[in-house]
Amino acid sequence: MTARGRTTLRGWGNTTPSTARVAHLTSPTGPSDQLAAAGPRGSIARGLGRSYGDAAQNAGGVVLDMVATDGSLDLDTATGALTADGGVSVDEILRRVVPQGWILPVLPGTSHVTVGGAIACDVHGKNHHRVGSIGSHLASIDLVIPSGDTVTIGPNRDAHLFWATVGGMGLTGIISSATIDLRAIRSSRLRATTVRTSGLAATMDVLEQGDQRHEHSVAWVDLQQVSALGRGVVTFGDHAPPGDSDIAPGRRPPIVPRMPVSAIRPSTVGLFNELWWRRAPDRPRTRLTGISRFFHPLDGLAGWPRLYGPNGFVQWQMVVPDSAAPLVGAIAARLAAGEAPVALAVLKRFGPGNPAPLSFPIAGWTLAVDLPAGAASTAVLLDELDELVSGVGGRIYLAKDARLRRSLVARMYPRLGELDTIRAAIDPTRRMQSDLERRLLRSD
Amino acid sequence: MNDAFGRPQTALVLGGTSDIAVATLRRLAPTLERLVLAGRDIGALERVGSDVAACGDIAVETLEFDAAAPEHHAEVIESAAAFLGDIDLVLVAFGQLGAAFSLDTDPVDAAHIVAVNHGGAVSASLAAARRLAEQGHGTLVLVSSIAAFRGRIRNLPYASAKAGIDSFARGLDDALCGTGARAMVVRPGFVHTKMTAGHQTMPLAVDADTVAAAIIDGLARRRTVVWTPRMIGPLATILRSLPAPLWRRLSAR
Ligand SMILES: Cc1cc2nc3c(=O)[nH]c(=O)nc-3n(C[C@H](O)[C@H](O)[C@H](O)COP(=O)(O)OP(=O)(O)OC[C@H]3O[C@@H](n4cnc5c(N)ncnc54)[C@H](O)[C@@H]3O)c2cc1C
Repeated sequence: MTARGRTTLRGWGNTTPSTARVAHLTSPTGPSDQLAAAGPRGSIARGLGRSYGDAAQNAGGVVLDMVATDGSLDLDTATGALTADGGVSVDEILRRVVPQGWILPVLPGTSHVTVGGAIACDVHGKNHHRVGSIGSHLASIDLVIPSGDTVTIGPNRDAHLFWATVGGMGLTGIISSATIDLRAIRSSRLRATTVRTSGLAATMDVLEQGDQRHEHSVAWVDLQQVSALGRGVVTFGDHAPPGDSDIAPGRRPPIVPRMPVSAIRPSTVGLFNELWWRRAPDRPRTRLTGISRFFHPLDGLAGWPRLYGPNGFVQWQMVVPDSAAPLVGAIAARLAAGEAPVALAVLKRFGPGNPAPLSFPIAGWTLAVDLPAGAASTAVLLDELDELVSGVGGRIYLAKDARLRRSLVARMYPRLGELDTIRAAIDPTRRMQSDLERRLLRSD
Repeated sequence: MNDAFGRPQTALVLGGTSDIAVATLRRLAPTLERLVLAGRDIGALERVGSDVAACGDIAVETLEFDAAAPEHHAEVIESAAAFLGDIDLVLVAFGQLGAAFSLDTDPVDAAHIVAVNHGGAVSASLAAARRLAEQGHGTLVLVSSIAAFRGRIRNLPYASAKAGIDSFARGLDDALCGTGARAMVVRPGFVHTKMTAGHQTMPLAVDADTVAAAIIDGLARRRTVVWTPRMIGPLATILRSLPAPLWRRLSAR
């Protein structure tokens, strides 16, 4: 919808609309012109809009649409160094590199994210316990800083700016391209092992033990069935020995139509969870599976957020250190007792974090839950859970957030000041702004 | 910025001493950071301000605002924005019932009640809406009333003004479509407040905190229209279709 040349943008959760002038990178000098011309409310880059909240929005200002379907992609087949434009998607990258025996070292739960979005949120995958997040696999980034100049940064080159850009939510400038060190694979298949568990303690045990043996791990957990709280389906994966190396041809996924009301209710979630849990084998089973099935199952149903109806949904993703593992159970119980049904809950263990001041992962347990928005009581519940999480040195993932309170951010991310210092130096007139930045990160 | 549950960080209240406003602000306190209370009685606003500030970590400022002086309304919005920055929520909560209406009421007095309630709400909301559209986000909440649907004789100027506010609010929401901002109209039944103290209460009467809870819920659900209590919606339809003689008997009580 446009009014006064503006477009209404939302995040993936469909909850916090705002309008901005959307600019495409058509001018010959690309982003640098756009940054200078933006006006008092500044600019922010937007990739594929898969962050759940307001990270890629800039009310009343400019949003730079980075998505480039013909973006450049350059693979050095000898070393596995991939240089890609910031607006290229993970999906496109996989299609190009997998047939040549390479894969991205870190894959988030959807392939519809851009390189820029993945770096700006320092995304993690199912192998975080082994390899960390995407920031640890970058050779360099070409960044258009707010002045309009392009700088090349990396872990050994202007390291402060580099780490502030990793997980920096787009606030240090525009990632125009990046060089990522890919991982070699000998097959496009994975050996996936599925283990069904009967309660949260068992789920956590299985995950903890399996992490030592498997490269990828994640657990789907049921937080609706109170009598078997946290029963789950744990999936482990390892890249298969030599064999087949095609990536499945892009099938058009079915699309969920717009819905006048939410289909996500306690009854439907309870039924789904029951079926999903029963469908899993009652004894551990190992099978060969494809990359998209293993990493991106949700991509098989396009527009699935529409299931939540017009009020949309929030994802609450926390991480707490290992020492606070018992808190996971307490939080699960609080969520299960809440008014809103926990539509989807995913549990996983993280390995150690990286030097980026705003990077989300720290060693410990991460739980992500999807909840319908709309009920005011859900906001209150999540506020209380935030306090529990920050009280033990844990934090909330900003890429997923649309409701955290500003007062908790500095407690959750004690190194926030480092980003502020860098922004003050490279962006004194505040050319980079976003809705999330106004809501959470701005201090005056 | 408003969060995913429509909870604001900054708010401007026009008619900051109204009981509904105070109750709403208490409930908004957890996310509220800055607040401007605007109205005629600065002393009373300051008292409300310190009451609300004590509910959270909120910086409060008061501003003089006269609903009957539309020529100053744009300035009031500007001054509020100077303190608040972006205005996430504007609550238009002022209202004046006026003396009991009859055929003997001075036409000038009757017109004044309409000017304050309806004219004031139109000009202040329009000035606020322009600001919200400019910043690309924000919610404007206007308080209507069951009286907008069938007014009792004794409140006629007030009731007709509420009918005007109600219709303006809904149209304003349409006008805001595509700007990122939106308007929500709240339709309470009879509310026990200081404004209605001493008045005959009606069935399904509510207190200010119930209205506040309904406003919070409407923000979270992004509603355009909020009835409080819920039952009053169907009741309004019934009231409107009551035969005139019956309505006169009921409303004269
Ligand atoms: C189904 C689903 C599953 C997910 N699973 C995971 C997961 O397992 N692990 C995980 O870590 N995340 C996960 N995410 C979150 C997602 O990976 C991140 O939100 C990611 O940033 C989305 O990329 P995007 O291109 O859509 O970025 P957008 O949402 O458009 O933007 C996100 C942020 O990146 C910035 N940005 C985008 N492009 C650029 C650029 N070129 N230069 C500078 N800044 C830029 C934006 O300003 C914004 O702050 C998931 C999301 C979904 C919808």
